[in-house]
Amino acid sequence: MLAAARCIVYRDLLLAVRRRSDVMTTLLFFVIVVSLFPLGVGPEPELLRAIGPGVIWVAALLASMLGLGRLFEADHADGTLEQLALGGAPLGVVVCAKALAHWLATGLPLVLVAPLLALQYGLPAPLYAVLALSLLLGTPVLSLIGAIGAALTLGLRGGGVLLALLVLPLFVPVLVLGAGAVEMAAAGIGGQAQLLLLAAMLVAAAAFAPWAIAAALRISLE
Amino acid sequence: MLEARDLQCERGGRALFRNLSFSAKGGELLRVAGPNGSGKTSLLRILCGLLTPAAGEVRWHGAPIQSLKEEYARDLVYLGHAPAVKDDLTASENLDIACRLAGRAAAPESIREALRSFGVPEAPLLRRLSQGQRRRAALARLMLSAPVPLWLLDEPFSALDAQGIELLKSLVLEHLKRGGAAVFTTHQDPGLAATQVLELG
Repeated sequence: MLAAARCIVYRDLLLAVRRRSDVMTTLLFFVIVVSLFPLGVGPEPELLRAIGPGVIWVAALLASMLGLGRLFEADHADGTLEQLALGGAPLGVVVCAKALAHWLATGLPLVLVAPLLALQYGLPAPLYAVLALSLLLGTPVLSLIGAIGAALTLGLRGGGVLLALLVLPLFVPVLVLGAGAVEMAAAGIGGQAQLLLLAAMLVAAAAFAPWAIAAALRISLE
Repeated sequence: MLEARDLQCERGGRALFRNLSFSAKGGELLRVAGPNGSGKTSLLRILCGLLTPAAGEVRWHGAPIQSLKEEYARDLVYLGHAPAVKDDLTASENLDIACRLAGRAAAPESIREALRSFGVPEAPLLRRLSQGQRRRAALARLMLSAPVPLWLLDEPFSALDAQGIELLKSLVLEHLKRGGAAVFTTHQDPGLAATQVLELG
């Protein structure tokens, strides 16, 4: 069972390396959107510091939406998804591995590059760690919740737009808590409460999302 | 081994077939024939558990397949319409991963051997190969699935040349000789002596 999960993570990462453009689009989109705001609103340090965490979090959220449509689409089109469903491992484990690989390929780069981008907003130094930590806890939740939407809209025409409409409202709590953690830390109150809530959301999503994803995939496969 | 009872399948509100019953023992080959849209693929998907029949049930060694789940999945190989290979991987990577996901890791030598007998080059990415070669890369899985008792093959002879058809036929015959069962769909008779022919539609 674990061997199958490892194999799927390995396969998806290998495919991500072979098709670097897909991963790079997500990352470049994030970099460009975050960089556009200082250019648009002007170099007011106070204003930039105030909007920084929110802008970075919204950009991360939209960037992680970009790759979601492809999460099961390619496997569905070439028939590998049927083989995964018929494999020796339970579908819940399979989708867990796929969501993990998706996060490693598209979510983790965002976490790593975010502190660098935050320099443009002149955030005080201690906040970089809080920002990175909030993204580290929040982006896997986005991948897991997004995977439910991707599984539900699999094979539908115009699935991409529907996926955004389905999933974006569900991303709201993650956004509020993630950006809130950084803002609280900036106000000197400390963002521990928000970070702990984010961690709790991650645990809950990791526990329940795989069942929902597997059930949605079974419906889409029929 | 495999037993279908009163199967009924509905697609888009139309009944494709009803009251379909048959069984296949070890060493038996079942050919599902019929025109396009007669439900051949749907029947195969029901047999492997991807599709739930509108009525009836499929039993494996006497137990309903819904209750066996992964246990049943480990006992079958399903080759669908889509070749289930990744264009961005090489033929040997594809084969290696497919075997590991099915829970039967194969040694590198046997993978090389299987690809060689199907005449598929190992090194290039599959996107650089022709449609027929990709089909062969997918079929090479059968060679590494020898101990699996049930083979479900959907149109296995499409996009294959004469030599490929002969190779596949000999693989299926060997499988039957080992005591395995096989079900395959086709609209033309490939000249493979089937124990039973199910005519749909």
